[in-house]
Amino acid sequence: MTFNLFVLPFVLGLIFLLFLLIKKVRDWICEMDPTNKEKFRTGFHSQQFFLAIKEIFFESLLHRKMFRKNPLLGFMHMSFAFGWFLLIVFGNLESRIYSGLWINPPYFPIFLKFFIHDKRVLPFEIFTVPGFFRFFMDLLLLFILGGMVLAIIKRSRSKWFGIKKTTQLQFTDKVALICLWLIFPLRLLAESFTAGAYGYGVGFVTQHLGNVLAFIWPLSDKGVAYAFWWMYSLSLGIFFVTMPYSRYMHIPVEVMLIFCRNFGIHPRKGADYLTEIEVLSCPRCGVCIDICQMNSAAGIQDIQSVYFLQSIRNQQVMESFAMRCLVCGRCQNVCPVGIHLDFQRIVQRESFQKKQLQDYSYLPASLPRRAEVVYFAGCMSHLTPAIPRAMKKILATAGVDYLFMDEDSSVCCGRPQMLAGKSKQAEELIEQNKRMIMNSGATTLVTSCPICFRVFREEYELEIRILHHTQYLLELIKKGKIPLQAYHRKTTYHDPCELGRGSEIFTEPRELLRKISDPVGTENEFRQSLCCGGSLALLNASTEEKNKITKEALATYLEAEPDILVTACPLCKKTFAKHSPVRVMDIAELVMEAIPEKSW
Amino acid sequence: MNKSAIIIGGGTAGMETASQLARLGVEVDLVEKQSCLGGHLNNWDRLFPNRRNSKEVYEYLEHGMNDAISLHLNTEINSIRHESGRFTVELKNGKELNSGALVIATGYDVFDAGRKEEYGHGIYDNVITSVELEEIFRNKKQNTFFQGMTPNRVGIVHCVGSRDEKAGNLYCSKLCCVTGVKQAIEIKEMKPDAEVFCFYMDLRMSDRYFEEMYFEAQEKWGIQFIRGRLSEASENQDHSLLIKLEDTLTGLPLKMNVGLLILLVGFVPSPQTRRLAAMLGLKEGDDKFLCPADEHTFTNSTAITGVFLAGTVKGPAGIATTIADARATALQVATYLKQQI
Amino acid sequence: MKSFGYTISKDRQIDFDANNRELTRLIDAIEPSIRLCLGCGSCTGTCSAGHFTEFNIRRIHTLVQRGEFDHLKKEIMKCMLCGKCQLVCPRGVNLRNLILSIHTALETSGI
Repeated sequence: MTFNLFVLPFVLGLIFLLFLLIKKVRDWICEMDPTNKEKFRTGFHSQQFFLAIKEIFFESLLHRKMFRKNPLLGFMHMSFAFGWFLLIVFGNLESRIYSGLWINPPYFPIFLKFFIHDKRVLPFEIFTVPGFFRFFMDLLLLFILGGMVLAIIKRSRSKWFGIKKTTQLQFTDKVALICLWLIFPLRLLAESFTAGAYGYGVGFVTQHLGNVLAFIWPLSDKGVAYAFWWMYSLSLGIFFVTMPYSRYMHIPVEVMLIFCRNFGIHPRKGADYLTEIEVLSCPRCGVCIDICQMNSAAGIQDIQSVYFLQSIRNQQVMESFAMRCLVCGRCQNVCPVGIHLDFQRIVQRESFQKKQLQDYSYLPASLPRRAEVVYFAGCMSHLTPAIPRAMKKILATAGVDYLFMDEDSSVCCGRPQMLAGKSKQAEELIEQNKRMIMNSGATTLVTSCPICFRVFREEYELEIRILHHTQYLLELIKKGKIPLQAYHRKTTYHDPCELGRGSEIFTEPRELLRKISDPVGTENEFRQSLCCGGSLALLNASTEEKNKITKEALATYLEAEPDILVTACPLCKKTFAKHSPVRVMDIAELVMEAIPEKSW
Repeated sequence: MNKSAIIIGGGTAGMETASQLARLGVEVDLVEKQSCLGGHLNNWDRLFPNRRNSKEVYEYLEHGMNDAISLHLNTEINSIRHESGRFTVELKNGKELNSGALVIATGYDVFDAGRKEEYGHGIYDNVITSVELEEIFRNKKQNTFFQGMTPNRVGIVHCVGSRDEKAGNLYCSKLCCVTGVKQAIEIKEMKPDAEVFCFYMDLRMSDRYFEEMYFEAQEKWGIQFIRGRLSEASENQDHSLLIKLEDTLTGLPLKMNVGLLILLVGFVPSPQTRRLAAMLGLKEGDDKFLCPADEHTFTNSTAITGVFLAGTVKGPAGIATTIADARATALQVATYLKQQI
Repeated sequence: MKSFGYTISKDRQIDFDANNRELTRLIDAIEPSIRLCLGCGSCTGTCSAGHFTEFNIRRIHTLVQRGEFDHLKKEIMKCMLCGKCQLVCPRGVNLRNLILSIHTALETSGI
């Protein structure tokens, strides 16, 4: 008879959870547009499926990214995830061997040791199949319990795990957490009491513990054991029921996200099912808190992505909260689940812009001037005139036929609007600029500002070549159009957020810099680079807070004691120049200085 | 040794403190980083409000230098030791000085106008600072400098590096406004056909005869005052400048072409002063200038017994104020030393 | 349209006491840095939109402080949110957030 009343909490909890998950997945698939639906369907028969499985194995189970961050942290997460996974898999195998049947009730493998308790051989005989399972299942349990001990330690000594500040948990998280932490100790005790009561050779842990317990509690241990089986089942049941309302929902949803990502389903405009999938996939691990410069520089610890996603989940997003973020991408860079954190932040900002609130009817009809190359310096460059001036000199030296589109007046590229969540409003600005660019008949668009560069590439739908000036200057140099002389100065390079993480351009600026100076590396480079703090996306912060962020970032670049701090963005330049004792220059200015005098 | 003082800084404040102390019978060691005395006084041509020649003031100060004052030129401070009322100062040239009192008179620096990149100093040809203009006048180069200026128009920009969060200085440098008005008059004097404009946020004509200068500038010289802080400057083909600002009194954006732009740069605390302050543990205000022992009643001494302050280390101040302040410091030092015996 | 003040019909002065400054208080609450403005006009001088049309951000927010909201909604729509104003402001006023807070306040008040 393989049924007992105590399995009910587990079974009911599991049914509830499965029902909810299936419904959710079904809803998401229904919401997909035809293209994505097709991608999802065909994905399962393709090579992407195996890539997804590989990712699930290495990230969801083994937590490889976590290991890279900190070995102890990685081990802790892995022991729970992988350990529990193996426990279920091997538990199922074990139950089939004992029962001799292929199909068993779902609770049977979980509570196996309750139902099967006749005399078996001694624990050290692990070379038999039953012996192997006895040993291995206990080993897995120990493995998980080890991880659990680490998890408890982490709550108070998070620094050992490489995390300075752990996430503040909500009520449902706490309930689920307690249940989760109870599950395995309760399993251990239930199995041990049973082992002690029936006195048979089970696993090396459970048998010895069982014997100790039987010694301490000689009377009615079968009754005590039964009580623990009940508690074990209850803890599992309650965990399953609270899971959808807690951070642990990430366990199943993450799998869905990995499938979507591998099948080519990516977030696009607006909040939709993918927003929900990404929001629910957040495990609240808290690595985004430590990496956030608003935390490390200005001590702001309540607006990081983990809390933002939480507020989206609770449907309590506040405008002031949504606007209080640099949108620099550093958290997105370290997120072990790969959530598009930048995108989610902007999507929520969009939700606050309800009515049409722009009037750009004053914009003039575009000028029909023609040129091979259009140079768009960007609004900010009016305030850093050294940059467009350098570009003008360089382009003249190289004999380029160019139109300086925003020399006199500037129509903003539109991205500052979009970062504020006003993408609809930005459309008219985009149209205006697009008209001017197309009318020029140019084949190449060059800009000095990474913010403009990004929007040109992502939103303008231009069929011409779009380059940041570092790329274009490198091209001109390689074609021999710009004569350079040796110029030895020690420099450090700051990757602008919009050019580096935002557009994946890291190597060209560095290649260019090597030709005209002696660059040295710094801590926090490439994708780990720091934000200057001047972000146009940070709408809700005081001057003091922003100054702190800038100063912290600046310290990294000045550590190597460079002669010049080089950047590739007028806004970064202005922001750093405010605080920097060392000269701050744009790459274009350095190139100009490296051109021999007689070439003018 | 007890009746001696070391004065760090040989500018207006340092020189006057030294000469007054010498008269009061105190032995003075005067340390100056440059090869000559006078500090910033050597940069000015004519002083407001009456536009008298700065050399006259320098001659007065120099006259006070006598044998009781040991001059240590061309050197800086390496270290300072302060033990039981005595100061031991080690100079970079190797000499060691001892005294019973220390006077910090290291003055100020001028704001680096290149940091306001949008104004184009160091980028465009025809943008200079007020300090550079004084030098042109002092070296009698003004005629060649202004020859052929096109358009025949000068723009003077107030508040460059002062009252500006973006420049890192929230305070007002107090004396740039009157400098601007003075220079506007001097340009008109020299070149009556030129148009001169002052672009200001406020006109801080804070001392005697300053307001009258403003009156004269408008009435006699026709200098135009436009209330608007310069936003941007760009260079035309002929190297003249196109400037943009808002004319706040009419409420309209304004642009104009000028042949020359003069930036009225403000005071900033000098790095030498800050270094000394760190060495001695002197208190700095939020504006990074040094703090005296009391804002009203003890403006010449510090919280550290035996260490005194004179002149612009405490913040922006004019020549007349500095000389008066230096005298007060000398009196405080002499009184202090007398009590020590 | 530049007005010279010769209107016959309406008494055009700022009657400070009569103005309902509720909207002002709403805006100030969202973006308090507006209190720092000293009226230098750098923002208007550099404004991208101001180059093409009569859009004067200094004037607009000064009038808001006085409780004058005529044409506010129509005018504030002209801002491109480029951020140049904020970059030149000597007092560190968070102008972009001010513009957004004006939008929010107008919507909240149902104007």
